[in-house]
Amino acid sequence: MIKVKNLHKSFGDSQVLKGISTVFEKGKTNLIIGQSGSGKTVLLKCLLGLFDYQKGTIGYDEKIFLSLTANEKRTLRSQIGMVFQGGALFDSLTIAENVMFPLRMFTKQSQSEMEDRANSALKRVNLDNAHNKMPSEASGGMQKRVAIARAIVNNPKYLFCDEPNSGLDPKTAIVIDNLIQEITKEYDIVTVINSHDMNSVMEIGENILFLKDGLKAWEGSKDTIFKTDNEVVTDFVYSSNLFKKVRKMYLEDL
Amino acid sequence: MGKLMNRFIYFSINYNFMNYLHNIGAYFLMIAEMFRKPTKWSVMKQLILKDIEDLIIGSLGIVAFISFFVGGVITIQTALNIDNPLIPRYLVGFATRQSIILEFAPTFISVIMAGKVGSFITSSIGTMRVTEQIDALEVMGINSVNYLVLPKTIALLLYPFVISIAMFLGIIGGMAACVFGGYSTFEDYVTGVQMDFMPFHMVYAFIKTLVFAFLLATIPSFHGYYMKGGALEVGKASTTAFVWTSVAIILLNYILTQMLLS
Repeated sequence: MIKVKNLHKSFGDSQVLKGISTVFEKGKTNLIIGQSGSGKTVLLKCLLGLFDYQKGTIGYDEKIFLSLTANEKRTLRSQIGMVFQGGALFDSLTIAENVMFPLRMFTKQSQSEMEDRANSALKRVNLDNAHNKMPSEASGGMQKRVAIARAIVNNPKYLFCDEPNSGLDPKTAIVIDNLIQEITKEYDIVTVINSHDMNSVMEIGENILFLKDGLKAWEGSKDTIFKTDNEVVTDFVYSSNLFKKVRKMYLEDL
Repeated sequence: MGKLMNRFIYFSINYNFMNYLHNIGAYFLMIAEMFRKPTKWSVMKQLILKDIEDLIIGSLGIVAFISFFVGGVITIQTALNIDNPLIPRYLVGFATRQSIILEFAPTFISVIMAGKVGSFITSSIGTMRVTEQIDALEVMGINSVNYLVLPKTIALLLYPFVISIAMFLGIIGGMAACVFGGYSTFEDYVTGVQMDFMPFHMVYAFIKTLVFAFLLATIPSFHGYYMKGGALEVGKASTTAFVWTSVAIILLNYILTQMLLS
């Protein structure tokens, strides 16, 4: 589990995170949602150790990130898998080499062992025949799946995803969402997803953290989000007519 | 109004000066970071070989072409400016050799390489920044500066090899222009090339070359690594990198010449 306590982060005079406290649980898909500029990406980058923060603590299974030594931080980072918004695949490497990259950097496995691991990771994300393609030859959905395969190939304890289905068609987006949820259960890992997509919220939001202006405005799950009367949340989540109707029907059914 | 203008100019100069200082400091910090937390040797070896192919082998064609023809131009201009019959014709070969070894090959070629190799380095690292590939390296706990910049710096240790080829082809180009243009005989040109040869001039040229190689690897990397924005900014960063690499080469050329030859 990842425990965030009273996290403050500012850039110069502008305070972006104003005391966020939450817990991201193991085996669950934890979503961070909120409007643009609410501090989602900054929170994710603090969790990843890409940004230092001024106040508060982030604990990875009782290990406080800032109090770790450089070696301990490196070990912790090798247990982190990250799926970036654009995939962030290395252009000069083939898809198989991209997936093998963490193994090549952090393990002493032989080439054939690495290939086996990469093959099973690619198989897990339903990509069987793309090993020798370059990332530029793959579609957006394929690139996301490769990014997921690269993130899970080293058996991470923590998986972070930054808007994993942005730029994807609704069908592929659902495939990616379900894949992430299945992997979370299968590997029993802590998954934190930064998302704008309300379909994802309704589909896989087992624990949802809603941020507004750098503060935690609401926390719940995909089930409780229908029932909440928190106006800030309902304004954001049910901003489209479709979702308003869906919510109305859901509440009427109750 | 005048007072306001003065204040604006003062703040503008002050801001730019502080900005330059900040960038110089960040550049040296990046160089220090380059040697920390090394990447696994098996991976580094492959990166170095790839960079040798991209930066050194990939530059040989343009360097050979430019050296051969500029060598010819130096010879023609020298020959055309020697109109006194008392000056021996072998001086054409001597002047060509000196110009090429001392200045053309190490400095002129380095400025051209700042455009060719420098913009390649800035745009490739800059694109990695824009597409979050550098963030991906950092998240994995990899020292991205070491991973991206050190292989290029090591690959460019072979840069004196490129400059040796530039020297050789420059002198050959001069000979071709001299003989086929009818400015002097082959024997006179060869006599001039061999005359009063000082080995230290080669040492001087290669010291300069190694310093320029370091600048060629690190200044464009700095501009690519710390760039912010999108595709347009990658282009701007490449141009800025070319300008600053050229400025640094010209300045250090002056300082090294003063230190080594005076």
